[in-house]
Order: sequence, then C-alpha cells, then structure tokens
Amino acid sequence: MVQKLDYLKETPSQTAGPYVHIGLAPGDAGFDIYRHELGRDIAGPDASGTKITVRGMVRDGTGAPVKDVLIETWQADANGVYPDQGSVDPGFRGWGRVIPDFDTGEWAFDTIKPGAAKDQTGAVMAPHINLWLVARGINLGLNTRLYFHDEMAANASDPVLNLIEQPVRRQTLIAEQVEGGYRFDIQLQGPSETVFFDV
Amino acid sequence: MTQLFPRDRAWHPQALDPNYKTSVTRSPRQPLLSLEGTTSELSGPTFGHGDIDPLDNDLLRNFATTGDPVGERILLHGRVLDENARPVPNTLVEIWQANAGGRYRHKKDTYLAAIDPNFGGCGRTLTDDLGYYQFRTVKPGAYPWRNWVSSWRPAHIHVSVFGTSFAQRLITQLYFEGDPLIAKCPIINTIPNPRAIDQLVAALDINASVPFDCLAYKFDIVLRGQRSTYFENRPEGN
Ligand SMILES: [Fe+2]
Repeated sequence: MVQKLDYLKETPSQTAGPYVHIGLAPGDAGFDIYRHELGRDIAGPDASGTKITVRGMVRDGTGAPVKDVLIETWQADANGVYPDQGSVDPGFRGWGRVIPDFDTGEWAFDTIKPGAAKDQTGAVMAPHINLWLVARGINLGLNTRLYFHDEMAANASDPVLNLIEQPVRRQTLIAEQVEGGYRFDIQLQGPSETVFFDV
Repeated sequence: MTQLFPRDRAWHPQALDPNYKTSVTRSPRQPLLSLEGTTSELSGPTFGHGDIDPLDNDLLRNFATTGDPVGERILLHGRVLDENARPVPNTLVEIWQANAGGRYRHKKDTYLAAIDPNFGGCGRTLTDDLGYYQFRTVKPGAYPWRNWVSSWRPAHIHVSVFGTSFAQRLITQLYFEGDPLIAKCPIINTIPNPRAIDQLVAALDINASVPFDCLAYKFDIVLRGQRSTYFENRPEGN
C-alpha cells in the first residue's frame, strides 16, 4: 500500500442539451426573466480597436448545421490584454455568448479585433479568439481558436498553430475575410474537421 | 498565472457513444491537440454582483406572477471547489431545468406536459467567499426524448460553472438520489466510471431541509485544480 493522494476529482461533464438557452440565454428560449443577459456585448461601446463582425455555422459529420449549439467566446482587447490580466478599456468584457438562428444554424457576433497576446512563456501569439462549443450530442465542451486570415505573418509564427502537425489542418482555424468582417465555419467531423484542443 | 491539472478524460463522458445517438455525428474523429495552458486558456471572464439580481437564484419567485410554481419545493445547495479541495469564491453558477411536469419553457420543447405559468426554469448566483451557493426551486419531472422509442431522462438540473480560467469552464447535469431512471439513461452512461456517475447524484440533505417548506439536496461541484508553481523554471507567482 502507499499513501493516499487526497485530490478531488473534477465533476464529470454532461451535454448542455438542446435547451441550453433557457439557462444561458433565456431570451432566445423565448422568455424574458433577467434584468440583463450575460455575454451579449463582448467589447462594450467604448473599446478601442477595429470593430468586426464574425459570421459562421457549425456543421455535424453529415454536413447539417448544428442549430442548437451555444458558443462562448473569450478574447483579449485591441492591445492584447485579457480583462482579468491587466487594464482594458472600460466596459470591455472579452467574453460573449453566441446563439445561431434556430432555423438556419447561421450565427454572428460583433466585437473588436483582438491584439496579439503573449503566451505564458512571453512568446507572442497571433491575434485570436478562443471558442468553447456546447450542444446536444457534445458530451464535453469543445475548445478551439479563431485566427484571422489577414494576419498571415503572425499566424505563421504562432506557437499554437505551429503545434498542428499537418499544415492543411491549421487552415481550419483561420477565419476568412468577407465583406463586413470574417467568416468562420466549424466542422465537428469530416475531411475538414476543425482542430479542437485538449487545453 | 498557474497551470491547471490535466483533465482526466477517462473520468469524463466519452465524446462518441453510439448509445447516445446524437453523439455519433457530433463527436470529433481526430484526436484533440493537447495544449499546455497559455494566457488565453488560463485567464477567464469574471462576474460581479452588478451582473445579477438577488432574486435570480430563487426559481420559486423569479418568474412567478400569480403564485408559487407547482411541484416539490427544494433547496439546492453546495460548494464549488477545485481538485485541491480549495473553495472557488465569487464564481458564476447558472442552472436550468424542466418544471415539475418535465416540460421546458423553450420554444423548441413540444412535450405534452403543461407549461407552468409561474415557473421560468433558470437561475444564477455567485458563490460566496467560501465557495457556497444555493438555489430554491422545484424538483424537475422526468421527460421523454428521442433516442430509443421510449427513452426518459431522469429528473435533472443542468449546471454551468466558470471558475477562474476559461479552461475550467464546465457544464454538467445534477441528478437526484434514488432515481431509478439514472441507471437506464444513455446520456449518463456516456460516463464510463460508475464512481464518476455517483459524483453527479445530489444527496438528500434532511439537515438542510426547511420544516414544512422544502426538502434540501446537496451538490458539490469540483473544477480543475491549479498546479503549484514550486520549482517551476519560470516562477510567476500564484
Ligand atoms: Fe434536460
């Protein structure tokens, strides 16, 4: 016998299910209950930086839109600072909740383009938005990152993108530039499956 | 900024489980890319008392207009801890659930059980300095769902918790002690280890029950622990 390690175990995850909106975005479920819903304004009205709109769709292994997905976003401000790590513009939360149109599965969110944050070793990471996906059929939330197509040089030296062994798969994390902002489609499965992280 | 303990993915539900049919087309087939936590994952959103209202954690009252909701009144309480058994203070806990008849207030739920006009079905609160939280609600009913021809979810409350790092983010479901549907549920059985399933079953807590008012259930939530920074190459402090 050996001595016992007295760590607790992390509570196991369970799917958020199809009605996640009731808890996290009740207005989308169809009723008003809270004075204000959280995660509806990522950057606030006064944040510096370039205002952008990101649109996209999450698709399952058959190519069908995942209409009940809920995506949480987490990003640094235009100077590359996360809100709990330093001072950011007043009203900048850096965190948001994104819910698709229930009929089409198409979603969009407004924010400002993040600056380049440093990783824990001091290396500069290319500007990116962290995404966390939950839905019916997803048993443990999926982490991924959205990078920007117009940051080619920064992307080429990004320490996380460079961990992806197959260069072709790095492309799954790069939002394309479209009129009015960016487009970022997420594939849960299939030949162009998005890279997801065990963070 | 402190690294987190690695997530024990064998303890969590498996992404692909053919008995939970929806997981088949929604689970990644490529291995996840393991990433040491960077600033992006180790930082996380914060919330304060300005974000929520005092009544938000009282589901008996936060939507009621003509009286109390129908159903078994319960007090749900517990702590948010990390794997080092340290309390996680001031963190946001959100819950949502069906009403006592098993019906959700959601435009996509068409189950024939009645909507309760006095029950919304969601609540939120911040843990106190010692990680404690509490909600008042009704015990939700079981409801049928499309998996097999007759699949019924055990009574459950969905729970969402933040912690201090985006990589601690967790959504789970709480079940109730003694429910015979737990053993039959394909969603619960995506969790391979029976001891991990036990961790999702709230205990009936007579001591915390309010006589002639409501029964109590206790449900502690454990988030990923933070690694000690002793002897790190790059000391950054806690
Ligand atoms: Fe549910």
